[in-house]
Amino acid sequence: MITAVDSVSISIMPGDIVCLVGESGCGKSTMGYMIAGLLPASDGQVLFKGKDISQMNKEEYRHYRHNVQIVHQDPYASLNPTQLVEQMLMTPLLHHRRVKNRAEARAKAAELLHIVGLTPPADFLVKYPHQLSGGQRQRVSVARALTLEPSFIVADEAVSMVDVSLRVSILSMLTHLREIFHVTFLFITHDLALAKYFAWEEGRIIVMYLGRVVEEGPTQRVIQNPRHPYTQALLYAVPEADPEIARTKKHIELREADIPSLLNLPSGCSFHPRCPFFQPGVCDVSVPELVPAEGGGRVACPVLNKAP
Amino acid sequence: MTTPANYQDYVATHEQAALRLKDISINYKAKRGIVHAVRNISLHLNAGESLALIGESGSGKSTLALGIVRLLVKSAEISSGKVIYQRDGKTMEVLSLQGDALRRFRWAETAMVFQAALNAFNPVLRIWQQIWDTAKAHGWRDKKAVRKKAMELLDLVQLDAERVIDLYPHELSGGMRQRVLIALALMLDPQVIILDEPTTALDILTQRTIINLLRDLKAARNFTMLFISHNLAIAAELANRIATMYAGTIVEIGPTDEIFYHPRHPYTLGLIRAVPTVTGGFEKLESIPGSPPDLIDLPTGCKFHPRCAFATERCRLEEPVLEKIDEDHYAACWHWRSVNPKL
Repeated sequence: MITAVDSVSISIMPGDIVCLVGESGCGKSTMGYMIAGLLPASDGQVLFKGKDISQMNKEEYRHYRHNVQIVHQDPYASLNPTQLVEQMLMTPLLHHRRVKNRAEARAKAAELLHIVGLTPPADFLVKYPHQLSGGQRQRVSVARALTLEPSFIVADEAVSMVDVSLRVSILSMLTHLREIFHVTFLFITHDLALAKYFAWEEGRIIVMYLGRVVEEGPTQRVIQNPRHPYTQALLYAVPEADPEIARTKKHIELREADIPSLLNLPSGCSFHPRCPFFQPGVCDVSVPELVPAEGGGRVACPVLNKAP
Repeated sequence: MTTPANYQDYVATHEQAALRLKDISINYKAKRGIVHAVRNISLHLNAGESLALIGESGSGKSTLALGIVRLLVKSAEISSGKVIYQRDGKTMEVLSLQGDALRRFRWAETAMVFQAALNAFNPVLRIWQQIWDTAKAHGWRDKKAVRKKAMELLDLVQLDAERVIDLYPHELSGGMRQRVLIALALMLDPQVIILDEPTTALDILTQRTIINLLRDLKAARNFTMLFISHNLAIAAELANRIATMYAGTIVEIGPTDEIFYHPRHPYTLGLIRAVPTVTGGFEKLESIPGSPPDLIDLPTGCKFHPRCAFATERCRLEEPVLEKIDEDHYAACWHWRSVNPKL
């Protein structure tokens, strides 16, 4: 049995921008699926507006599912290749009776395409996914997520498969959505530079490693003053698109290059076999708790952060 | 010595280059028409240097690399050009190589390291079997010697050789697979190594391991590197020179620092402005409007003009060629004088 996510507690307030970062296998996508209601938790609760989603009645559950939408990573796999864009957008509108008739649905679909920057909408309504570029497909995925006017969007690596030159425009479009619809964002990514860019002003970053949260805090604090050795290692390891920074950046030497298997997790802090700050008898004994970090947020490292 | 004003002359002056491409064009036949994947590329790669080909999907960078090692699919055709390879005074015309000579060129002279997806390996063979099969195909008969060499190389790429050599590909992590592929490429001491997206799809800490490994290996064995990536960061970390590709051709080429700090092609500038860095403060980023062009039905004139803020009537009508900007720095833009990264 694999414990993909282990005893994670986080809370996200309306209007928040939260970036969940970590490497493959850290449980970030599993978290996203649980939050979006696509995967039940083996233990623990997901509360939406204070209510446990597994205890909701039919009406409450419907309200929750309408409000929380997910945008998947792969725009080549997440759109039905046999459907026109207008079908993808009109079907949920009609099914959930958000509109009175097909004409209204089409008008609403056009409006959504306009919002996600696919203009003129009339050109895009009658296209199949294969007629669109990767960036355009991802915009369609976002438009589809918006059909039921959600208050919460889980974006799971939403721009990783989009060409570099177009990523920023999709991020700006998402930021714009937050401004006009007050959407709350959970942005899941392995790319710290993107997380930094997306959540710089008022967002938060949560760092996961092998199923556990190791650090969280305001974006600027986490990026400029990382308090967990894993966050530090990640930040220093990121290849930088600037030769001067690449030459002068400091690096952390890990004790072990390869990541342990989820099937056989190390005792105590799961980062201890790789951690340069490892203290025998402390780190390998018990799982460190998240304690308040200097400058905001929480961090789970008893060596670099003594509990107050 | 100053570099010539004409880019073709500039490439031609590097007579000793390990690899020289002259006016290469590669087309694919598709149902809708001809895909102009690579258009009139000239390029030299000096022995010992490390050149990055940067571009987005559809820019032709992978097609070009596959063309150099003659591994293109059947629907592709190299419609013009020459590839000249040189080592220790002997010269080969790669595009006319056949049979054994081609096979020898492909590994002993120029080795290709593919993106470390599982499909770069045969899933039902252990690592050792794949190495031995490849070595046999290249005429090696001494199994012991091959195994010894393989172990040395696996050790060199910081793998536990004893264990890894008898594993199946699925038992290795992405980073380990990439390291095995790099070791395999070094088996016959090639002069040139072509790496296709060497760190794409790998985790950050693994990317760092591979970058540092390539840097150390290059310093220790002094091979020549050509790598292809959509990732500017890899170029900043590993390249001496960078060539930016757009719509099948090189639009700018120059030393790494020149390209990053004084880009003169609007596309290069756009790419650099579109990528955030982690260290340092917050940068305002901008993306390039529009999407990459349809390679079957290319725009007239400069292929970038529909997305370019500097575009004028001339750009719509005439395609610019690479023009000298500075020593070793060339860009194909009518308005390069107005492209200022400081603005």
